[in-house]
Amino acid sequence: MNKIFEVPLYAYERSPDQDAPSPVRHKVVVIGAGPVGLAAAIDLAQQGVEVVVLDDNDKVSFGSRAVCYAKRPLEILDRLGCGEPMVEKGVKWNLGKVFFDDRKVFEFDLLPEEGHARPAFINLQQYYFEEYLVQRVREMQDAGAPIEIRGRNKVSAIGTHDTHVALEIDTPEGSYNIEADWLIACDGAGSPARSMLGLDFQGRVFEDNFLIADVVMEADFPTERWFWFDPPFNKGQSALLHKQPDNVWRIDLQLGWDIDKEKEKRPENVIPRLKQMLGDDVEFELEWVSIYTFQCRRMESFRHGRVLFAGDAAHQVSPFGARGANSGLQDTDNLGWKLKLVIDGKAPETLLDSYDVERIHGADENILNSTRSTDFITPKSDMSRILRDAVLDLAEVHEFARPLVNSGRLSVPCTYDGSPLNSADAMGGPARTRPGSPCPDAPLGDGFLLEKLGGKFILLTIDAEAPDLIEEDGIEVERLALSIKDDPTMALKARYLGDCESGVYLIRPDQHVAARRPSYDENLFRHAIRRATGKE
Amino acid sequence: MADLILTPNLDRADDVYADLLAAHEGLDKKESDAFNARLLLILANHIGDRDVLRQALAAATLKQED
Ligand SMILES: Cc1cc2nc3c(=O)[nH]c(=O)nc-3n(C[C@H](O)[C@H](O)[C@H](O)COP(=O)(O)OP(=O)(O)OC[C@H]3O[C@@H](n4cnc5c(N)ncnc54)[C@H](O)[C@@H]3O)c2cc1C
Repeated sequence: MNKIFEVPLYAYERSPDQDAPSPVRHKVVVIGAGPVGLAAAIDLAQQGVEVVVLDDNDKVSFGSRAVCYAKRPLEILDRLGCGEPMVEKGVKWNLGKVFFDDRKVFEFDLLPEEGHARPAFINLQQYYFEEYLVQRVREMQDAGAPIEIRGRNKVSAIGTHDTHVALEIDTPEGSYNIEADWLIACDGAGSPARSMLGLDFQGRVFEDNFLIADVVMEADFPTERWFWFDPPFNKGQSALLHKQPDNVWRIDLQLGWDIDKEKEKRPENVIPRLKQMLGDDVEFELEWVSIYTFQCRRMESFRHGRVLFAGDAAHQVSPFGARGANSGLQDTDNLGWKLKLVIDGKAPETLLDSYDVERIHGADENILNSTRSTDFITPKSDMSRILRDAVLDLAEVHEFARPLVNSGRLSVPCTYDGSPLNSADAMGGPARTRPGSPCPDAPLGDGFLLEKLGGKFILLTIDAEAPDLIEEDGIEVERLALSIKDDPTMALKARYLGDCESGVYLIRPDQHVAARRPSYDENLFRHAIRRATGKE
Repeated sequence: MADLILTPNLDRADDVYADLLAAHEGLDKKESDAFNARLLLILANHIGDRDVLRQALAAATLKQED
């Protein structure tokens, strides 16, 4: 069988840059064609910014790695023009079951809120995720967008200057040099760019090993997330079973610290473990087996002059909670429009410092959540195990203990509370749409709110008057005029007005709220636009 | 902010204490530890106030606040 992650998707091709007499200068260079690098490049190219992606490989992620994608990243992907194939291929799920020893202690329903275009979660192999992003790049190239992926182009040296970044690149045909006005390093958790610049990566290492096995089987397990604490087939450890498309199942088995990784990975050791879990009579085939350890850490700063770090290169979390790729996409969502404004001279370079502030806030939230999940799943002391087991035993009998069970708090986008780009909340509407919040979707007859917001500055008016276009120092803000009558389900009202009669929202290109007031006020909104673009 | 009660608050203190002891009768160390942990969680949920709990956590360290 030819697996997709074994086929070169962006094979090496000689670039004219390799024969240029002096290094060719590009607007933006992205290192890494993982989920985050590809998303960053698509975002910029969609805005007309010339971008070159370099990757030392020529294939999608080997094996699946990430499987769970949350609603917010799917909304971001919609804006990037590739949400649809992901949602169509992905497996939707809402039900989770938690087992302790040999008993089911409870089950939960994510009960996704109505009135959103996208589901709460989908499961999709990372290789499909990356393949669809590459397809989107190809589609854009066919339409003439300034975007390029160079496979088997390994960045081997980086020189930082006030005016640009210089790069040395190794290829199968020798090395060459290019320059970039801006460099985005999305080169993964082991980020060579980080080391080349001598930057730190501080955090906590968890002394544990997890065996990940993606198996192909025709099993009639339901489409649910099953999580075991201390199961009979993996005593003293944890286990996870989750469905992906094409009858591929993700199995995650905690192994502990003192193990021989090479030995545990061999099929003759993996298969008996899986048989114990799945039962002797279930036929399956191993698609991918890997052993991973993890860390929760981040760089002290994500911006270093003209070099910006995003995704795993900037921050790493444990997989519990599916926050890795999900948060990486939120990085690029935050960065794309800011970089575009800076490149166009419409905002000061210091706007990029807000990328650092806002995404560090996001990274810290993710690290906190995933560290807590990890501490629950793999107790580090006798007493933490006693407490953990007490929670699980109680959860079987008493409802109160169920929210304490932490098998991963699934990724939700963060609100940039306290961001320098926010204007003070002048409306006192619903808390979920206060300045800094990602806009929640809402149904609008035959469509949805977020698709109408798109990726530009928008002045959203709900039962309020305002000009159709404001221009403030080069920033154009278009009005989107709505009424609560546009949504008979009243979700728009509940999410954006609450008890208020009317509302005016200034919404950033990444669909986060920058300011809101009960009505339009020319001066104050001009002020808010300046603030949201780093000019105050 | 609600204050943690650190003055006598139990009606029949000896009876309550006896109940606590009785609950552990016949349990081995492991079972008793598990029982205490469950009891702790039940009581914490009943209190339902993080501030009060944090005051209780501080009081249980036996360190005097300055
Ligand atoms: C077991 C497991 C389960 C996970 N589950 C989830 C999940 O359910 N949901 C979720 O959101 N996340 C999950 N993650 C995390 C997710 O896989 C990562 O967060 C995500 O891949 C990060 O994307 P990235 O683009 O930042 O980095 P990567 O995917 O690591 O991509 C980095 C790229 O940079 C390239 N590169 C490196 N060095 C160079 C160089 N010198 N020159 C050129 N190119 C270079 C690499 O070849 C690679 O293509 C999981 C991770 C693991 C291990």
